[in-house]
Order: sequence, then C-alpha cells, then structure tokens
Amino acid sequence: MISVKNIKVVFGKGTPLQKQALNGVSLTIEQGSFVTVIGSNGAGKSTLLGVLAGDVLPSEGEVTIGHTDVTRKGTAARAGLVARVFQDPLTGSCGTLSIEENLALAARRGESRGLTPALGAKRREHFRERIAELNLGLENRLGDRMDLLSGGQRQAVSLVMATLAGSEVLLLDEHTAALDPGMAEFVMNLTQKIVTERKLTTMMVTHSMRQALDYGHRTIMLHSGEIVLDVAGDSRKTLQVEDLIAMFRRIRGQTLDDDALLIG
Amino acid sequence: MLPFCRPRSIRGRFAINKYVARISLCAKHDEKGRTLSQIAFWGAVELGLVYAFVAVGVFLAFRVLDFPDLTVDGSFPLGAAVTAVLIIAGVNPWLAAAVAMIAGAAAGIVTALLNVRFRILNLLASILTMIALFSVNLRVMGKPNVALINADTMLSPFYGLGLRDFYVRPLFVGILVLVAVVVVWRFLESDAGLAMRATGANARMARAQGVDTSRQIYLGMAISNALVAFGGALFAQTNGFADVTSGVGTIVVGLAAVIIGETLFGARGILIALAGCVLGSILYRIAIQLALSTDMLGLQASDLNFVTAALVTVALILPRLRRGGAA
Repeated sequence: MISVKNIKVVFGKGTPLQKQALNGVSLTIEQGSFVTVIGSNGAGKSTLLGVLAGDVLPSEGEVTIGHTDVTRKGTAARAGLVARVFQDPLTGSCGTLSIEENLALAARRGESRGLTPALGAKRREHFRERIAELNLGLENRLGDRMDLLSGGQRQAVSLVMATLAGSEVLLLDEHTAALDPGMAEFVMNLTQKIVTERKLTTMMVTHSMRQALDYGHRTIMLHSGEIVLDVAGDSRKTLQVEDLIAMFRRIRGQTLDDDALLIG
Repeated sequence: MLPFCRPRSIRGRFAINKYVARISLCAKHDEKGRTLSQIAFWGAVELGLVYAFVAVGVFLAFRVLDFPDLTVDGSFPLGAAVTAVLIIAGVNPWLAAAVAMIAGAAAGIVTALLNVRFRILNLLASILTMIALFSVNLRVMGKPNVALINADTMLSPFYGLGLRDFYVRPLFVGILVLVAVVVVWRFLESDAGLAMRATGANARMARAQGVDTSRQIYLGMAISNALVAFGGALFAQTNGFADVTSGVGTIVVGLAAVIIGETLFGARGILIALAGCVLGSILYRIAIQLALSTDMLGLQASDLNFVTAALVTVALILPRLRRGGAA
C-alpha cells in the first residue's frame, strides 16, 4: 500500500526559478493495485515518483509505504520497500558489471551485505531460472557485461532485478520510453505478467495515454502539480484516449498543445 | 654484502632516487662477481612488489570507486613514518605495520569526509589531505627522515636462513602481496564488495538497490589508503629508512602500474585486474631499471621522475593509438 498525504514539493525555493512541482497531492493506492500516471511535461509525475522512491524529499506532507512512514528516509534507506525500473536503461543497472552481478546486487536490495560470495552456485542457478523465463536467450550469457545488452534487454533484466527481492511497491518510470515499439511491447507484456503473477502494488508513470488506459486498474492525471483526474473501475473501462483528452480540456479549461500527450 | 650497501641514513631529498643509486652502488662493490643485472633485477622486483600495495590501493580508488585519490602521496610516507618511529620505540614490527595501516585508513577517511560530508570535489579533497599529511609525517618522525639502524624488522627472522638477502626480500614481500590480492579479490566478489563496485559504476542504481553510497566511499577510501600505508611500512622495513619526501609521485607510480596491467591484460574480471596491478608494478620497476642502467641512453638516477612521466604517458597513449588504428 502507498499513501501520500498533502505532499508539497518546491524546487529552487527563493530563486526567480522557483517552481511548485507538487502542490498538495494526496493519494492512496491499495495493496495489489496497478495505477498508471499521465501528465504533460512538468506536470509533476516524475516528481511524484521521486517522492515515493526517496530521490525527492517533500517540504510538506507524509509518505507511507506499506505500514512504514518513509517521509524522511532517503533512497537507500527505503530501498527494501521500493523496487524500481528507470526510464533510461543505463540508469537501472551497472554497465561495467556482469548480468549475474547485477542480479546479485538486486537480490540483496534492502538487506545487509556481508562477505558471502555474491555468486554462489545456488544463487547462480536461481538467476539462470529467472532470466530463462524471459526467453531472450540471456541465461547463457550471465557472465557477459551488462553494457553488451540492448536497451530492451537491459529493461527486461531490470524488471527481473526488481522482483528478485521482496518489496511493497514497484515503481515504473516511463520504462518503455527509450525502446523501439516492438521491444516496448515486449517489456510491457512482461511487466503485466510480473505484476499480475506477484500481485505487486504498482505505480507506472507513462507519457502514452494508450498505455495508461490499456494497463492497470486505475489512471491518474497530473497537471501543474495537482491530481486533475482519477478514474477506476467501469468508468475507466469504457474510456478512450479521445475522452481522456476531452476530459483534460474540460477540467483545465484550456487547449491542449502538448503533442506528447496525443502520441500512442 | 648487502648490509654494507644499505643506506644507514639518507640525507638526500629523493629517497627513491637514492634507492636506485644504491642498486648500482651495490653492484660496483660486489666482490663475489654477481652480475649487476641480477642484483638490480631482484631489487627492481622487490620494489615493484612493495609498490604493488600502492597499485592495488590505487585500483580500488580509481577503478572500483571511480574516486581520483591523491591522498596516497601522503599516506605512503605516513605508513613508512609510523612504522619506523614505532620500530625504533621497540614495538613489534608486525604491530608497527598494522598501526601504519590504521593511520593510512584514517587518512583515507579524512579525504572521504571532505568529499562526502563537506561536498569538496574528490580530487581537491585528496590534495588537501595529501598536503596536510606532509606536515603530519614530519610531526610523526620529528625530523625529515628516520633510519632503522640495526632495528628488527618483519624481515629479520628470514635473513640468514640460507637464502641470499636480495632473494629473501622479494620473496617475503611477494607472499604478502599474494595474501593481499586474494583478500581484496574475495572481498570485491562478495556481496559487500559488489555494493562498493556498484557505487563506483552507477551510484544512482546502487542507492536504488539500498546501498549507502556515502558509507561505501568511506570504507573504500579507508581500505585503499590502508593498503598504500602498508606499502609504505614495507618500504621502510626493506630499505631501512623512512623519508618524508618518499611519497612524491606515489600516485603516478601506482597509476602507472594499474595502467600497464590494464594494457597487458585488458578488462577480464577482478582477479586478472588485480594480478595486472601487481605485474604492472613489477614491470614498471624493471623498465625504469633498464632505462637507468643502460649507459647508451645516458640517463642518471635524478632523471627518474622524467622517465616515470614518459612511461605513464606512453602507457596512456598506446591503447588510444591502437583504437585509432583499428577504426
């Protein structure tokens, strides 16, 4: 479960470039729910994800993940509760380490790290099984360096990494945005499978309205640091991308000039 | 033969240069007809093995943590100074070396503190510590150099066991290097070591995996400088003196070893990289020895720093040229 209460985030406070990135956002995501988040550039969706991940500490408000108050905890301190896949495939894994070393790192997420060999026979076998599930043939390349993989392969491995250790929530930060359409679909199907199988509480930020409606149980739209739309259930099932745009216009009372929202 | 050659007190500014001078001096006074090259060769191997600790330390900082650390120019003579002073005070030489490691670790932690806690640029933070250590080292010794006259060192029990002294020293240091390499290798391939490698490779990812990257920098800098200080402690004990200027250029020598190792072995895992550091350090010393002892080139001991700079430059340019040629 995720619960944020009246979150406010200000960037560049006291400077001419001061920006209210989040302006009193409150949101509760139930256990096992899959929420998609959309919004134009600068709407605050990445900031909201950062607040949950610990990269951004809010100036006001409360953040609870599971039953733990994490408002003041940094990224590393709350990593045991939060699994994450980044937008940039290069950010989510270490290019200079091997695939299995990356997996070993992720397998100990949020736990203490001792002097046990990182790649024991038992762990290797476990990693091989999990990577084989991807059907990308990577199970025979576990010793290869991560930077030999394509962006899509890296994101697929990142998804496996996110589920090697237990977590309260899975955060997906436009994790298919940097991929070609074919690979993006593969990664999205994989995401769907993993989230469903493991009943993960998931928040996915996306720039694609299509994706936002096709996946998950609930869709939230952010604008200027506020939640302007929150749909779930039957009303969401019948919702089309066009409706979403119309709704957006009605709520904000302004024309939509951001092409990125229309794509997909 | 060798006790006669060992410098009892060094008044010169550059102790390493004196060391090189010593080798040629030994050769000239060798009555048993041993060739210059043999003694000079094993002397170079010995010095290369001593500096292998520096190379492994520099590898940890520069390659594993991606932290350009110049502290080593101060922590190497710090290790030598602490060891020499403690040995003269009657402390067990092994214990003295252990204390030297703790002192080196403390120096590394100071650099990490300046960088992590006070946000000073890593290179600058290490320069500040290095400069400060020069004064610290003078305070520790109370004078610019300390000679270990007739003092018991870690090597004393092994002299006179039948093996010539110039074999004993590289053998003894070599065994210690082997132990250090195995320990560092096992560490870097453990869960804890993986966290440190991730910190240097991708700090953002490391944090997302729950790695406290600040702590890793403290730990890595402590281990790195402890190894370098241990190298300094061995230098003092194998050469019989500690000199405040013996740290000048330590970082270049360490880096030269790392780069030579990488040029020869490439990037093929931790153990090979560490072995490359050790071999690089030895090869570097042999190359220097060759350059200085070849009369044809007309070089003298005081040209050491220039030759070092030239060698490192070549080692840095070579891979680039090779890549350029292939493209």
